Formats: sequence, structure tokens, C-alpha cells
Amino acid sequence: MRKLKYKEAIAEALVQAMKTDDSIFIMGEGADDSTGIFGTTSPAAKEFPERVMDMPLSEALITGAGTGAAMAGMRPVMVHARNDFLYLAMDQIVNHAAIWSEMHGGGVKIPWVIRAIVGRGWGNAAQHSQSLQAIFAHIPGLKVVMPATPYRAKGLLISAIKDDSPVMFIEHRSLFDLEGFVPQEPYSLPLGRGNIFRRGKDLTFVAFSFMVAEAGKAAVVLCEEGIEAEIVDVSSVKPLDKELISESVKKTGRAVVLDTGWKSFGVSAEISAMINEELFHVLKAPIRRIALPDSPTPCSPILEKAYYPSAADIVNASLDLLGRARLPEEKIGEEETKFSGPF
Amino acid sequence: MEFSKKILEKLYTTMLTIRLTQEKIAEIYPQVPRRIQCPVHLYTGHEAIAAGVCLNLSSADYVFSYYRSHGHYLAMGGDLKAMFAELYGKKTGCSKGRGGSMHFIDVKNGFMGASAIVAGSIPLAVGAALAFKMRNEKKVAVVFFGDAACEEGIWHESMNFASLKKLPIIFICENNFYAVKTHISQRQAEDNIYRRAANYGMPGVRVDGNDALEVFPAAYDAFYGARKGGGPTLIEARTYRWLGHVENTFFNKDILEGRPKDEVESWMKRCPIKKMEEQILRRGILEKDDLKRIGLRIEEEIKEAILFAEESPFPEVSDEKTEV
Repeated sequence: MRKLKYKEAIAEALVQAMKTDDSIFIMGEGADDSTGIFGTTSPAAKEFPERVMDMPLSEALITGAGTGAAMAGMRPVMVHARNDFLYLAMDQIVNHAAIWSEMHGGGVKIPWVIRAIVGRGWGNAAQHSQSLQAIFAHIPGLKVVMPATPYRAKGLLISAIKDDSPVMFIEHRSLFDLEGFVPQEPYSLPLGRGNIFRRGKDLTFVAFSFMVAEAGKAAVVLCEEGIEAEIVDVSSVKPLDKELISESVKKTGRAVVLDTGWKSFGVSAEISAMINEELFHVLKAPIRRIALPDSPTPCSPILEKAYYPSAADIVNASLDLLGRARLPEEKIGEEETKFSGPF
Repeated sequence: MEFSKKILEKLYTTMLTIRLTQEKIAEIYPQVPRRIQCPVHLYTGHEAIAAGVCLNLSSADYVFSYYRSHGHYLAMGGDLKAMFAELYGKKTGCSKGRGGSMHFIDVKNGFMGASAIVAGSIPLAVGAALAFKMRNEKKVAVVFFGDAACEEGIWHESMNFASLKKLPIIFICENNFYAVKTHISQRQAEDNIYRRAANYGMPGVRVDGNDALEVFPAAYDAFYGARKGGGPTLIEARTYRWLGHVENTFFNKDILEGRPKDEVESWMKRCPIKKMEEQILRRGILEKDDLKRIGLRIEEEIKEAILFAEESPFPEVSDEKTEV
């Protein structure tokens, strides 16, 4: 099977979906320019120039127009190069798209997708690096999908586009160059279903998006220590695949929940509350959480490095959980950063 | 523009239906036991605007509205029974009891819903118009909003994009001069809403929103212009709200408190329904008795609608247990 990068898998999903359905179109600031949202919209813009629309810098309008177009039978895919700009569209996402159907008695189809990218590294600082899944997952009526691999990105994006209700599709910039096997033909993966990324018996990592990759690195280190970590890639934060998480935690009795967003009041809190409510009796140790500190992302490389949890943090949290001694950071190895901007 | 008997009679009937419905709701609202248990923003005084605009439209067109939407719902052919049932929180309501007064919907007649967030539904209409244009459909989207909506950023974003893409949409500003109790002069630097259209490269017209025979032709021009690919129009229809911003059982007697007495009186003299009656009688199209008969028929329909609402069941509580 051929390999694709995560960003290429997204680009392919868009083109293939658009081929099968004329009502699908893309709207976004710079969606049809020469860089095409990190290349993800370029192939679609080339093949369907009429259906890839550059937009004014009006995030609320883009979103509201997407909702109206969806109500008139289209399937818009809106794209925002950064999560952070979604705040400008909040009223249209939350007060309108998410609840319009239910508020009017149900039955209004709003098949729309917002693709929004999370930044990390290269000094992107506080307004170019937020990961807002908790905010959206909190809203009744929104689905929140956060794929971790090229294979799942393609299948989940096709499903998100086919879905008849609003879907927030949150992509992580740090995954864009990640390669993986991706079937050529179009396929869809069910929203709300996770995936066992790695099998293990000693503890469970519950993760999504970039944290699946981070958990993977930690699992390799732990493996050398004789510890087999299972990684549950939940794939969508909402609906959450509680069944898959439960199966794994029942088996291992230990859970580390990993989140690309802030720890306070976030998705990791929700998942650990769910485990506590439903599986308290199987837990051999308290749940651990790996997520961002309650502060805005700093810029300076040294501060930025300290801000994000590392594979070493994940390894040591796991060792704590198993009652084992922590490893020195140098033994875990430093992560190589390839990304060098611009944003 | 020459107005046929059919048009005049239709305008009058729609306006009177709205007026009598609003009066009936205002009468029921404070009564104990409470039957309408949600915030209600009545349309009294604005009737000529909904009637004059919507008479141009068909059920294939899309209308979006704001929380003061009863007039638009009815002018698009919305069912009176489903309307009262919705106000009463019943299962048979147009929004199945989930929306109440601020969120009526009637998809089969092209009334696509209403937002309680000021200016919130404007981009939805823009998006519908975008879809119509992309598919080369001869449909028009219409959005109603108040004067304060023009203070919101999304209004400007929507006007800009609609004009940029020459979308088939009509923006209808119902300028009643008050946002709750704050006069427009306290909120906007210039009293020139219609002229702001020029900044976005689209026609903007100001009409007497209390005269259906001014509103109707203005909307007609905008509608056929949009259908022919001429792009959007902004219509500022100046009118006056006769009742409070929202029905209020605590201080209902002081609903217009704070407004200059002469201002209130001068607008009351310009009642849109009376004006329509005069125009019909002057043209000799209908007799006074005919108008009376229309009124009696509407009152009968309202009575039936209320009975329907009262006898309808409430939604089942088990319907509540839905999750995404």
C-alpha cells in the first residue's frame, strides 16, 4: 500500500468527496491561493476551481454562510488555518449552527464541516497555538473529530463531510508531515469510534490527535523497561468511544489521559471523570493526566519547550502509576523538531 | 405601480392577521394561569413591512428572521394553529415546543427560522443566497432584522460578502428607532442606515415602513433585481414599535415609558392598518363591510387556533433524552 502524509490524506479526502457530490464546496481565507492551507486545499482548488472559494477575513460570516448554504442543500467545508480564529466565529458556531435544528424542533439538516488547525512550535505563541476541542465538545449539537494518523484523517474527513450535522474537524499542524499507509480509494470511518493504536496490557493511554504520536514515543521507551502500554486513539472527542476506553481500562486497570489542550476543565478531565464514574472498581491506581498548563503558550524556544509535555513526562507519569522509579530525562531522549515555520 | 385588487386584499388580510394575532397574544400573556410561558416580542406597528415584502416571495425562497418574527412567519403563510401551539409550548407547535416565540420555523413555506441573537441570522441568509447562486437557481433569500443589528460586526461582514459575490439576497432593516429603550440617536453616529449600502456597492433604499404600498414595490424591485443576477439590496423600512421590546407581566403598563409623548402620538396616527384601509376604500376596491368581514373571519381563525393550542398535548418528556 502507498504512503501519504497526513496533509496529503486530507487533500485526497477533499478531492474524492467532491468528485462524488457536487454540493460539497470549500470556503476559507486563502483556500485557493498558491499555498492552499498547507497544501490541503490545493488539489481541490485545481480540480474544482468553482468550488474552492477564497473568502474575506470575516470568520463569523464564513461560518454563518456555511450554515445557510448547508440549509439550502450544500455541504460546505470551511477551513481556518488556526483554531484561534474560531473565537471570531463563536456566535455562529454555538448559537446558530450547533443548535439551529434542535431549537426549531429538529429536522433541519446542517451538513457542514469546519476544519481548524492547531499550531505548535516555532514560537507561534498564545494566539496561534490553541487547541480548542474542550470548548466545542462542551456544546450540544457539535461533533468534534481529531484524527491522529493519515489513514484515519482521510476516512474520518470523508465521514464528517457526509454527516448531516455540524462537525468540528480539528487537525494538528505537527502531524501534517506524518506519513502512513492510506488506501487509494475513498473510504469512510465511523465518527465516534476510536481505534487501538497499540496493544498492551499494563496501562492504557487514552489519546487523540498529536498526543497519539507522543504516546507512541513513550510506549517505545516503556517497552524497553518491560512495560506494555496500550494506546486508545479515541479519534473523536465527541461522540466519545466510551466502550473502547472502558474495554482497555478494564484490561489494564491503569489510565493516563493525554490532551493537546489545557488540563483545567478540559477533555482530559471529562475522560477521566467518565473512567472514574464507570470504572472506579477496576482502577489499580488514580488516573493521571498529561495536558497543557493553565497559561498562554509562550514564544521563546526555551519557554515553549518547557510548556509542552514531553515524551519523558508521559513515561514518568506511567512509571509513577506502576509504582516504578522514574527514568532520567536523558535516558528517554530528546525529541527532534523538524518544523521551522512560518506558522 | 398599479396595485390589483388581489394584491391590496392580500396585503390587508396579512397585515390584519398579524395585528389581531399580536393583540390577542398581548391579551392572553398576563392572564393567570399563564398559558404562554416564554419571552414574546410582538410585531404590532411593523405589519406593513412583513406583508409588503413577503407578498413578493414564494415558498421556494428562503426567509430568515429575528426574535420579533411573528409577522414574517404569518406573512410567509405560516399556520396560525401551529403558531399558537408553539407559544403554548405544545407538541403540535411549529417548532414542536422547543423554540417558543423567538424560534418559529416553517420550512415548507420557506420560513427558515429565527435567531434571538441580534443580527445572528443575517449570514445564514447570505449562505442560502450563495447556495442559490452556485446552483443557478432563481431563488432569493430575505433576512429581516432591526436597526440595532446594523451595529453588529456580522451585519457589515454579511453586506460586504453579499455584494462582493452579487448574491440574490434582500436585507430588510425594520428601523423602529429603539433597541429595548435606547433610541437610535444614542447608538448610531448617523441616522442613515440605507445609505451605508453604498459603501458596500449595493443599492440602499429608505421606505415608509408603515405604508405597505411603499414597501411592496421596493421589495418587488429588489426581488426581481436579485433574481436577474443584479445582487443584493438593503431596504431600510422606518416604522414604530407600539408595544414594549418584550411582553412583560411586571411593568406592562409602562411599556413605552421614556419616549417623548408627541413622538408616540404622531406614530400612532400613522397606523399601518388604518393607512391600508384608507387606501383600499379610496380606490373603491372594497367596502367598509368587506373589511369588517375579513376582520371577523380572522378573529374566528384565531379563536380556532387558540382552541387547538389549548387542546394539544405537551411534548413527551422522554423526547428530551437525545444526544449527539
